[in-house]
Amino acid sequence: MRFERYGKGLAKGLNITLKHVFRPRITTQYPEQKLTVSKRFRGYELVWDKSRCTGCATCAKSCPQGNIEIVTSRGSDNRYVVEKFEVDTGRCIFCGLCVESCPYDALFLGLDYERASYRRGDLVLSKEQLELGPGKRRSGYFRPEVESTLPRQTLLLDTAGRKKQD
Amino acid sequence: MSFWPLDNYWAHFAVFATVILAFVVIGVMAFIYVERRGFGPFQLRRGPNRAGPFGVLQPIADAIKVLLKEDIVPAGADRAVHFLAPVVVFLPVLLIFAVVPFHGKLGGLIPNLNIGILYVVAVSALGVVGLFMAGWGSNNKYSLISAMRVVAAMISYEMPLVLSIIGVVVIVGSLSMNDIVTGHQVPFFLLTPLGFLIFLASSMAEINRGPFDLLEADSEIVAGFHIEYSGMKFAMFYLAEYGHALAMSAIAATVFLKGWVGPADDYLGGLWFVAKTLLIFVLLIWFRITFPRLRIDQLMGFAWKFLFPAALINLLVIGIEEVAFDGDIPWWVLFINFAVAGGLILAWSKLFKLGGGRVEVAV
Repeated sequence: MRFERYGKGLAKGLNITLKHVFRPRITTQYPEQKLTVSKRFRGYELVWDKSRCTGCATCAKSCPQGNIEIVTSRGSDNRYVVEKFEVDTGRCIFCGLCVESCPYDALFLGLDYERASYRRGDLVLSKEQLELGPGKRRSGYFRPEVESTLPRQTLLLDTAGRKKQD
Repeated sequence: MSFWPLDNYWAHFAVFATVILAFVVIGVMAFIYVERRGFGPFQLRRGPNRAGPFGVLQPIADAIKVLLKEDIVPAGADRAVHFLAPVVVFLPVLLIFAVVPFHGKLGGLIPNLNIGILYVVAVSALGVVGLFMAGWGSNNKYSLISAMRVVAAMISYEMPLVLSIIGVVVIVGSLSMNDIVTGHQVPFFLLTPLGFLIFLASSMAEINRGPFDLLEADSEIVAGFHIEYSGMKFAMFYLAEYGHALAMSAIAATVFLKGWVGPADDYLGGLWFVAKTLLIFVLLIWFRITFPRLRIDQLMGFAWKFLFPAALINLLVIGIEEVAFDGDIPWWVLFINFAVAGGLILAWSKLFKLGGGRVEVAV
């Protein structure tokens, strides 16, 4: 005689939900705790390596949005000097074509994703804001050499009760 | 009346009217917090934990937010009915607590009212009028559907609810809440287990929560009767929802869990009452998070084909026992009642069929 229809099913359900109470929580307390994003994450910004850039403007030509504005002048040693390098991240679709097209590997997508701002104007990133520096983290998107240096993505927090993710 | 200020009738009234108001408002806030926080672990999350320590200020923050929102009355709404509905829904909650004994023999507004439990049953059914007013006055088809469901559920589940309480009343021989609390040395959830289960199930339906929340079945009728409500009126509905849960938990604690009776109840009676109320509410949270929502035909079928006959037979068994023991039921009768409850649940589950649509699932 199976008792599933005689109230046992209800008791089973109650037992299952009760067991959940004693399992570790899976939520991430966001501002205090953060997960590691994917190595090839297309973050909310671009990272520009000034020393490698030749000012060829291939990135600007490949951009489907026409979003990259690059102005160059002729420098003293017959090379381009980048006067202005601006990206409107409000319009950017993060397709990564600029990164893929850069012949000198001077452009990267970033790992940062906390760039919300109160004004649209703040979304237009200038040369100085894009430049590779100590606070800038490069994504491994289309850049295997960067990807190999990045930590593995975590989907859940490593909490005490949970099996550690390798 | 024992000590000075409460000797005067008006002082007694003033004190307990204040106590009831404070208890209901604070209790409702606490219940909202307990439920939202309590859902957390069941769903492997934490629940609100930002506003204040452990998120205890979250209900207050929500209340302030909702009070500051715009109050929109839909075009074509019956303005007077639309305006009055939240008040009518909330009022019964306050009225019920008039007869609930909080502490000891006199710890309540009129806990010795000789028709106490009858009054509770009558008043708790008033809320449905407000819900129907909200559904009707909103000029919205979904709220009207929801209101019709409320009325159907309320009428159906009132029957087993009352019958399960009558079982207790038969044993006690009095309708007064205080007599019910002190009526028998065994708590009634042990003495009449089937009555307790029926009361829990039908009170969950009565306050429209848990698996019986058809009136605000989001996936079917958006939000039910309060679709067209916003701002403070919506807050009143939210308060009333948890207020009814508070009232039903308090009634269940009083009738079936011996209310304020407990060790050292001369001093801690109020605490026992609150603790038992909270216990019932935690049980309701557990049921709500576990069971999926019923269909409307399942809702009606469950009331009329399962709970109603089971409650009648439960009442019959209690009546026979009452006659057999000449009005003085010994404690060991609870074993008989447990056996009867088990047998009835098995038999009724076997007999329970819903019209045509039911498919036997092999497990």
